[in-house]
Amino acid sequence: MNAIKRILGWLDDRSGFSDVVLPMLRHVVPDDARWWYVFGSATLCAFMVQVISGIALATTYVPGGEAAYQSLLYITHEAPLGNLLRGMHYYGATAMVVLAIVHMTQVFLHAAYKYPRELNWMSGVVLLFVVLGMSFTGQLLRWDANGVWSVTVAAEMAGRAPVVGPAIAHAILGGETVGGSTLTRFFAIHVFVLPGLIFAGIGLHLWLVLRHGISEMPKPDQPVEPATYKEDYEGRLKKTGVPFWPIAAWRDTVFSVAVMALIVGCALVFGPPALGTSPDPSDINANPMPDWYFWWYFAILSMLPPELETYVILGLPVVGLLGLIFIPIWSNKGNRSPSKRPWAVGTVVFGFTALVVLTIYGYKKPWSPDFGVEPLPQALVGSRDPAIVHGAELVHQKGCMYCHDVDGFGGHRGPELSDIGHRLNRAELIIRINNGGYNMPSFAASLTAAELADMVAFLETRTTSSPKMESDATGTVAP
Amino acid sequence: MQEDSLDSDADRRSFLTRLSVGLAGLIGAAISLPPIGYVLSPLVRKPPRKWREVGSLEQFTVGETKLVEFQDATSTPWAGDTATTGAWLRRTGQSEFIAFSVNCRHLGCPVRWVSDAKLFMCPCHGGVYYQDGEVAAGPPPEALARYPVRVVDGKVEIETSPIPLTTNDLV
Repeated sequence: MNAIKRILGWLDDRSGFSDVVLPMLRHVVPDDARWWYVFGSATLCAFMVQVISGIALATTYVPGGEAAYQSLLYITHEAPLGNLLRGMHYYGATAMVVLAIVHMTQVFLHAAYKYPRELNWMSGVVLLFVVLGMSFTGQLLRWDANGVWSVTVAAEMAGRAPVVGPAIAHAILGGETVGGSTLTRFFAIHVFVLPGLIFAGIGLHLWLVLRHGISEMPKPDQPVEPATYKEDYEGRLKKTGVPFWPIAAWRDTVFSVAVMALIVGCALVFGPPALGTSPDPSDINANPMPDWYFWWYFAILSMLPPELETYVILGLPVVGLLGLIFIPIWSNKGNRSPSKRPWAVGTVVFGFTALVVLTIYGYKKPWSPDFGVEPLPQALVGSRDPAIVHGAELVHQKGCMYCHDVDGFGGHRGPELSDIGHRLNRAELIIRINNGGYNMPSFAASLTAAELADMVAFLETRTTSSPKMESDATGTVAP
Repeated sequence: MQEDSLDSDADRRSFLTRLSVGLAGLIGAAISLPPIGYVLSPLVRKPPRKWREVGSLEQFTVGETKLVEFQDATSTPWAGDTATTGAWLRRTGQSEFIAFSVNCRHLGCPVRWVSDAKLFMCPCHGGVYYQDGEVAAGPPPEALARYPVRVVDGKVEIETSPIPLTTNDLV
């Protein structure tokens, strides 16, 4: 017993644990920093999940060409605990992105980025972008068809950059096409480069927290005045401050346990994201889709007018990064309380509304042709007239319904056709189908005169958005 | 005398500072330049283009568009499936072919040929092209790219090419 005590005492003396580390753990923090302040440590906790589960996965994952897919199948279906680990790595990534954004939102709403914590904020913004880089490269390492096409899309986006675009694109691909040298690059970035940046960034971020102390809850009568802030802060802390460990830290621990439970729980209940088909670039049936945290961006890219596109693809990440970084330079003193900063609250409300709406749009993809659309059922066609029946078949067969909805059947790229018979007459329908129109191809070359006549006959019967009775359809047909 | 020695001491310090910073820079360059060159080497080492056979003449009907596959020029031994490229091959005459790249010119997603509608459609952001590759609808800024294609001794061959990039013509 005594020997152990002496060994520990020796270690403590030589390492300086009691002298250096303990005071850091016990540094005095404001006593009002309660549940609002748990998100940063929870983000760190999610990061630790990523590091540990990532190392475990890397012992089996083969970062090369075709073997990557095989090793993923092995991890998912055969390796003991492989499915759980992949799940934890996926939900850990999700948690990290979400918590980083929640943490940032809280800091923004409470204006904790103001003097003297400007650099805390800036390092956090850089960390957020690195984390997004991790989630994008991580999605690629799930090297299925979706992964291959995500790399292609990334290369195409980079290729839009002026002058150096093609060079960047080929540096991303590791050549002029997707191939054996592509995945290994992303593997190196995902497991060495970006984690290294995150470790360094977290080190700086935490050091700054110690250097400047945790901010107090914002109070309307306590605006930040750089000349006197530090003195006032120290003074208030002397009166009411509490040691971080363990008076404040227990809340962080409890919240992180809840986050861990959620990560492991989701991994157990839902499992990791399903693997798509094999990473064969000649497989054209792939339906590329980013992971959900990029759906908003996916939606923006789909809905932009084409002439703005290049500016947004290249400019949005840069403007986003710089804009966020410079917030504390633009405003580093004055009110911190949200009640006195309506523009800040408005920005958060607007930002989250846009994010949610765009994410839903990105998921629904109304701009994409719906390749899986079913033929119209007989009851909906509502007629036995051979021309009309044939016309209904053609509307499906010729791909009209990939983009046009007929009473709930079909895509949403173009206008709904459920009542097109009301809106366009026979001549207008023929002109429209033959010539196309805004965002609609011309079908003149792919329809015979008879096919066109049948199709128009069917479309003329679409006069209400509910199924029609058999009797009133047959009489009105002019074949 | 006293002043002289102080001066030379300061000189010595500033010289040693500059020496150490300079040498550290040298070490840094020696460590980082080879890796940077290594990582960027795909930019300078262009693979030679190769003609790949994709089938014999009689496999393709005039007026039809068919998916063909071929190996990229750079094939690392471990690439497997990933070194395959697809192309939409359209026979337009006795020995005339058009080989379209499968990459949509918007952001590179794979376009599908919808034969009944005679259109290429992209699943990502809804780009549509006519059978000759011209843009019919959606966001693509350019027509589908084409691979060089030829017929040699009754065999159809496609020349390997880089992924078509829609580059910036704004500047």
